[in-house]
Amino acid sequence: MSDQLWIATRKGLMQWTRSPAGWRQARAHFLGDPVSHVLVDPRDAAIYASLNLGHFGCKLHRSDDGGAHWQEVAAPAYPAKPEGSEDKTPWDLKLLWTLAPGGADEPGVLWAGTIPGGLFRSADRGASWQLIESLWHRAERAEWFGGGYDHPGIHSILVDPRDSRRVVVGISCGGVWRSEDGGASWALSATGMRAAFMPPEMAFNENIQDPHRVVQCAAAPDTLWAQHHNGVFVSRDGARSWQEIERAGPSVFGFAVAVHPRDPQTAWFVPAVKDECRVPVDGQLVVTRTRDGGQSFESLSRGLPPAPGYDLVYRHALVVDASGRRLAMGSTSGNAWLSEDAADTWHMLSAHLPPVSALSFG
Amino acid sequence: MVTVTFTAHLQRHFDCPRHELQASTLGEALDQVFAKQPQARGYILDDQGALRQHVAVFIDGQRARDRDRLGDALRPGAQVHVLQALTGG
Repeated sequence: MSDQLWIATRKGLMQWTRSPAGWRQARAHFLGDPVSHVLVDPRDAAIYASLNLGHFGCKLHRSDDGGAHWQEVAAPAYPAKPEGSEDKTPWDLKLLWTLAPGGADEPGVLWAGTIPGGLFRSADRGASWQLIESLWHRAERAEWFGGGYDHPGIHSILVDPRDSRRVVVGISCGGVWRSEDGGASWALSATGMRAAFMPPEMAFNENIQDPHRVVQCAAAPDTLWAQHHNGVFVSRDGARSWQEIERAGPSVFGFAVAVHPRDPQTAWFVPAVKDECRVPVDGQLVVTRTRDGGQSFESLSRGLPPAPGYDLVYRHALVVDASGRRLAMGSTSGNAWLSEDAADTWHMLSAHLPPVSALSFG
Repeated sequence: MVTVTFTAHLQRHFDCPRHELQASTLGEALDQVFAKQPQARGYILDDQGALRQHVAVFIDGQRARDRDRLGDALRPGAQVHVLQALTGG
């Protein structure tokens, strides 16, 4: 199991370490700066932290020594917008929302998902980035729109461990897209997703779906789970089709989802009431878990605070480590918890963090 | 010669001393700064080369007007200050 946990918050990247005495915060990096995402690359243990500096834009930093030292590397940058373009979306990096490592067979390759919706790829560990124009220039992009932000964004990038040319991306609100050729071409991949927020005749339009977060089972990559704006969906054919899970505990609304690294039938969610009320159902924070592919769910709250509580776990703020037994989550209220037993029980790491945007075991 | 000074808030990210240089527009002045300090470009300008939304530039006490193309003229001896607007919490 991992003994390091990186918590990206609105005021810094917090490094937590497990010792025989328990988990403690070892250090705060980038103190005062909003850290939007953190990735520990399992191939070389490099740590990437994306900073949203507001005034000065988004920056990316990398550490090659476990966080002892950081260097600023390149952030994805959009090319010059053609004169006379009718594209209303600004061609400017608003948020570096997610990072994903390339395959084991392509060291140095990283993928970055951004707001306003561009996908980028680096071949040199972040020293330089290229916009994936094959996706950016899709005509369908004109119909995408922001989901909670002014502009659409790519929040999930899944690289198939069996074949690194197969990449799936999740977009709010732009559906799910799939490439089989390393990003040279793309196909819409949200068949079966339903958008309750659209007029009924458009509800199954793949291009405007709002999956909040998509994750892939590492050992069974044909299974993906999605926490969507109005429901839970599962795919068993590599994102070609999705089945809606009608009942998933106290609510089907939420932002985060994690899938067991080896068991595709096991996944965890952190539900909230609904879009217009993003707080735990009845004020009781729970983590829901299915172990049978979505046929049934348990609501787990041992060690979580009793009602009334208002924690919301955002889309990158629930993670499971390679063992499948250790999970961590952080809320927008600045609380973070850890479980050593697949979410049966939780213990609080801190009640005093800034709002948590993302976590990564390392 | 014109003088270009940067907000102290940028010093924590990289060295940005005061620059004295010859330039007749804001864009020319900033290009020379970025030639010496390439890292600075992404902090001051967005991906389209415009001033970032929350960066303010004052030329002889007046706000720079041409935020997209940086075409504001600089007289000899102009004092250019690059600051950040105050936001956050």
